Amino acid sequence: MNNADPIVRPGASAAHESAHLHVAGEATYVDDIPELAGTLHAALGLSAKPHARIRSIDFAAVTAMPGVVAVLTAADIPGSNDCGPIIHDDPILADGEVHYVGQPMFAVVATSVDVARRAARRAVVDYEVLPAELDPRAARAAESFVLPPMRRVCGEPAQKLAAAPHRLQGQWSVGGQEQFYLEGQVSYCAPREDGCLQLWCSTQHPTEMQHVVAHCLNKASNQVVVEMRRMGGGFGGKESQSALFACVASLAASKLKRPVKLRLDRDDDMMITGKRHDFYYDYDVGFDDEGRILAVRVEMIARAGFSADLSGPVATRALCHFDNAYFLSDADISALCARTNTQSNTAFRGFGGPQGAIAIEYILDSIARRLGLDALDVRKANFYGKSDRNLTPYGQTVADNVIHELVADLEQSSDYRARREEILRWNADSPIIKKGLALTPVKFGISFNVVHFNQAGALVHIYTDGSMLVNHGGAEMGQGLNTKVAQVVAMTLGVPLSRVRATAADTSKVANTSATAASTGADLNGKAAEDAALQIRARLAALAAARFGGTAEAVRFADEQVSGEGWQIAFDELVKLAYEARVQLWSDGFYATPGLHWNRETLTGSPFFYFAYGAAVSEVAVDTLTGEWKLLRADLLHDAGNSINPAIDIGQVEGAYIQGMGWLTTEELVWNDVGRLTTHAPSTYKIPAVADCPAVFNTRLFHNPNHVDTIMRSKAVGEPPLLLPFSVFFAIRDAIAAVAEGNVAPPLLAPATGEAILNAVEAVRAARAQP
Amino acid sequence: MLNGKQAAAAAEQIRFVLDDEVVTLVNPAPTRTILQFLREDLRRTGSKEGCAEGDCGACTVVLGELVARDGTERVQLRAVNACIQFLPTLDGKAIYTVETLKRQDGSLHPVQQALVDTHGSQCGFCTPGFVMSLFALFKNDAAPDRACVADALSGNLCRCTGYRPIFEAADRMYQCGDQRDWLNRPGTLAANTVDADEQALISQLKALRRETDLRVETGDARYFAPSSLAEFATLREQMPDARILAGGTDVGLWVTKQHRELPVLLYIGNVAELKGIDRSDTHFEIGAAASLTDAFAALNGAYPELAELWRRFASMPVRNAGTLGGNIANGSPIGDSMPVLICLGTSVVLRKGALTRELALEDLYLDYQKNAMQPGEFIERIRVPRSRPGWVVRSYKIAKRFDQDISAVCAAFALHLDAGAVAEARIAYGGMAATPRRAAAAEAALAGQPWQEPAARAAMAALDADYTPLSDMRASSGYRMQVAKNALYRLWLETRPDAPLASAQVNVFQLV
Ligand SMILES: Cc1cc2nc3c(=O)[nH]c(=O)nc-3n(C[C@@H](O)[C@@H](O)[C@H](O)COP(=O)(O)OP(=O)(O)OC[C@H]3O[C@@H](n4cnc5c(N)ncnc54)[C@H](O)[C@@H]3O)c2cc1C
Ligand code: FES
Ligand code: FES
Repeated sequence: MNNADPIVRPGASAAHESAHLHVAGEATYVDDIPELAGTLHAALGLSAKPHARIRSIDFAAVTAMPGVVAVLTAADIPGSNDCGPIIHDDPILADGEVHYVGQPMFAVVATSVDVARRAARRAVVDYEVLPAELDPRAARAAESFVLPPMRRVCGEPAQKLAAAPHRLQGQWSVGGQEQFYLEGQVSYCAPREDGCLQLWCSTQHPTEMQHVVAHCLNKASNQVVVEMRRMGGGFGGKESQSALFACVASLAASKLKRPVKLRLDRDDDMMITGKRHDFYYDYDVGFDDEGRILAVRVEMIARAGFSADLSGPVATRALCHFDNAYFLSDADISALCARTNTQSNTAFRGFGGPQGAIAIEYILDSIARRLGLDALDVRKANFYGKSDRNLTPYGQTVADNVIHELVADLEQSSDYRARREEILRWNADSPIIKKGLALTPVKFGISFNVVHFNQAGALVHIYTDGSMLVNHGGAEMGQGLNTKVAQVVAMTLGVPLSRVRATAADTSKVANTSATAASTGADLNGKAAEDAALQIRARLAALAAARFGGTAEAVRFADEQVSGEGWQIAFDELVKLAYEARVQLWSDGFYATPGLHWNRETLTGSPFFYFAYGAAVSEVAVDTLTGEWKLLRADLLHDAGNSINPAIDIGQVEGAYIQGMGWLTTEELVWNDVGRLTTHAPSTYKIPAVADCPAVFNTRLFHNPNHVDTIMRSKAVGEPPLLLPFSVFFAIRDAIAAVAEGNVAPPLLAPATGEAILNAVEAVRAARAQP
Repeated sequence: MLNGKQAAAAAEQIRFVLDDEVVTLVNPAPTRTILQFLREDLRRTGSKEGCAEGDCGACTVVLGELVARDGTERVQLRAVNACIQFLPTLDGKAIYTVETLKRQDGSLHPVQQALVDTHGSQCGFCTPGFVMSLFALFKNDAAPDRACVADALSGNLCRCTGYRPIFEAADRMYQCGDQRDWLNRPGTLAANTVDADEQALISQLKALRRETDLRVETGDARYFAPSSLAEFATLREQMPDARILAGGTDVGLWVTKQHRELPVLLYIGNVAELKGIDRSDTHFEIGAAASLTDAFAALNGAYPELAELWRRFASMPVRNAGTLGGNIANGSPIGDSMPVLICLGTSVVLRKGALTRELALEDLYLDYQKNAMQPGEFIERIRVPRSRPGWVVRSYKIAKRFDQDISAVCAAFALHLDAGAVAEARIAYGGMAATPRRAAAAEAALAGQPWQEPAARAAMAALDADYTPLSDMRASSGYRMQVAKNALYRLWLETRPDAPLASAQVNVFQLV
């Protein structure tokens, strides 16, 4: 830290622990680590066909290139040629058959990045082309799935649908999304003595990298050390899918006995790796005159791509978030993972939750338009109750519902009703530009749906000079995890944050860690670090009480002082005393989230420790001649529990809002008719840029200490706010609806690109033209 | 690499200023990028690679160059994308990277401190690029408004923050830190006075001026950077197969993305005679090597209605490096300058050796990536007519994103209106055909007609005869045709004689 050194308490907005390094260009990412002498560089050769048998590959032109050291194929892999996280259907290098355009077939290792990349393009591949499936709906029709379909039925949806006074049926879809972490995938591996490997990898899951590398190379886990200081963004894209690159770099290093780095070019990264699943919906809903849902049936088809990867848990989370903040007494929800000859889709912030929840929002918005009601009123009519109407379709009781008061607060602070009126008037005078407004809520379940992932470990060291080091199983990717964990340690021991340094995740320090995902990073690792710090504190307290009097329980740690009844000692002094008294000044800590259970067969249980809530109001203007649009104002209110660091949490909320807005608007993935992704670089794939940030952008945290015992009673904040920009999409839909009088529901697809918007505008105009 | 003071540079040496020191490189590889040089050769890894194609800004550095402004010699600081700039183009310039800014004593630059204070970094990977874009803004503008800040950051992507705190940092940087040294003093380049530090830099850069033209030769590549127009023309004629390099914002990507070999490069950026913009009574005479930034600034003076088009053209760092000559010579069907320049009646002056000829811009384009330039010929100047009374001019760029996106369609119109009728219509589109092209049928539908809705509708319908656009990842053919027509309708709404609509009534980006 540069600036003065205040003691940071819960709720204090310390800067990111690396902020001073980020701004100076001194923060080290994998590609910035000083290279070891003799380092080689790898590049991958990619399939040009969506589905084909590889008859042969001619590497003559590759190896002829000066600087090329080796070409590696599946045949060079001594162990298992697989890097799939759950089901083992993900080859590291294609073995005889390719399943999508972009699939890695071989690796070229050379003396420079440039040579490796140039050489990799020179291989001549003889393909026998096989039939390819590119369309998820067609795959569904052919019942071609990577995993068995999932279905959860509660109540009597069929009967209730039949009996409902109003009914809406339809199809809809939402596109996928490229993670677009600014730092691309990269792994750097150095051989060590006795067959061991040291791997630096930009990954959210160092332990899994350790495992896949060990399996690939027939090694024991204790021979592979994975270190991860920070990522330049992950967003889910480096949870399972850093594995292929970790394996290739390790394979090459182990085979050539030299350090090898594999850093992907952006285009290759986008061609190879999976994205957020695009979803296709068929829905059928019955409702009453107030828009209250009586029964709903939905089938969600997710594009899994060529392999399972994390599609199973993604589909499960979609299924468990279809309800969003709404009570669905009678529901029939299914989720299918369609197999297509495209990249294997994977985790992306929200992990299927957004795709599940946006479907019910689309349905509710359509209901409101059908009935001529304000969509907010329809949403409110369907909210979960506090003491009744509070059972989710999967059988968990919603025990911490604050959506009513949160939405009421935001409705007021954003001036929703008055602006609604104002927009009506404005639109009446504006023939071409139409404004739209929407408020959408969020309820998001926190915990991994796989119970045993919900554990974490940490190490805390106090050195004799009083400085501290904390190491934990979580991976820092910008979310501020290290800052929060360090704050927890500092707060627990009553010292300023500047004393505590958080270090790189390292599989040789904390073992068997879970992915830093599902927003659980601070919940799990914060608790583990607190456990470690508390153990040390207890030892210090016992020592102090024994020396100076009183009970250990009465000893207080605050402001770098330790005090008891009638005595006080500087923290540093006590540390010295403890060392001399041979008291252990370091400790491990462990945490396992209590009370979770989940039945994968019946899709029921209590998969979530708690829920996080939020809501957003967005106002947009849409050009009905071009489909171009602009976000004019955003008001966000989000429940981060008792925030450990409000500045970091606000950063997560705002960042997720803009990122989710990109998913639903400008970010469009396009595959051409031969299955090639044509939007594989920022020139063609458009994430939000500066001008997309609204000039009026009000973000607040909703103070709501967690009702369950989380770290400092805070709530996870990584993923839930990604659902806030649903309000942008529905504000656009609202603006389009203003083209016509009456209750037209614009058939707007997501992403709402200019083209999708103009199509919806034309459809509304056409509907108006009809008598 | 050699450091320290040197005599005049030999033909094969480049020299530039980095952290106040003069760096000399002998025969640098011509297509090695500045970013590769920084990261791989100097292991100065603060600048990041996020895309290697000029689109993300993680690699942003600031270049300092000597320019003449109002007759005075000044330093110009501009942000560019290091990932697509070739190393030899650094010759004679100063380069500032994120590492330059932090002081020896460890204190942060106001831009850096502001980003810390406003929580403007999360993963931090984009941050060095934002720091450098903000640094250029900080030096060039003492009090930018939000629109200027957005423009300065138009080439920087951040996936984490959502940008709000970065806007806040752009305000805060002016109140941050002490202003002890030149780097830390805001707005000095916008001021009319040259302070002592700038003067020192001017002297340092002057000392780098070449006496012999730069000629780099490595094993398989050559790079020539003549400093006079005559010499450039001679070399061009002698080496018709050489690739002309201007701002490199197209050519750079051929190397970083397509891995093309460019055995001979002929750099136009040292030819002072081609960097200027002259204003005659009737024309802007834009030298082929003038940057897009300078060219657009000049054109904005005469055609303020085009400001949004230029603002949406690429990003600030791309406009700082790229040239109008390069945009025109590259002749992409989706290039944004050509449709409106064609409508304005622009011509290009082509030169071969000592011979020049003038060609209407629309006649330069023969077919997809085929133009009328002969071997050994190049664009010397672009002649853009000044605004004429009675003409209305508009150009609308339609793309997925406001900032830095390639057009789905770029529509341009120049109408001569006389007594409520269209005396002459010039209409051209990008994104609708294999080249930027005029819409003959639509023009004919308007000529002589009263500027009323029926004429506009007829011209819209005529576009079906003018173009058969393609479908690609940016837009479908149907959308392209529809917005092409609607752009014409927007033009009519904005310029009709009766109750014309203000641009804010037809364009969401003009809404305030
Ligand atoms: C991120 C990014 C965004 C972009 N966005 C846009 C956009 O929105 N709109 C748009 O229109 N363009 C866009 N471009 C492309 C645009 O930057 C270029 O077309 C630019 O104008 C080319 O100028 P340059 O000086 O960089 O040319 P270079 O790359 O140096 O050269 C381009 C071509 O022109 C030739 N050439 C250059 N000068 C001459 C000359 N005097 N005589 C003959 N031939 C010559 C070169 O040999 C080469 O073939 C973008 C580029 C990037 C990287
Ligand atoms: S690396 Fe993306 S712009 Fe240079
Ligand atoms: S802070 Fe991560 S991309 Fe900007």
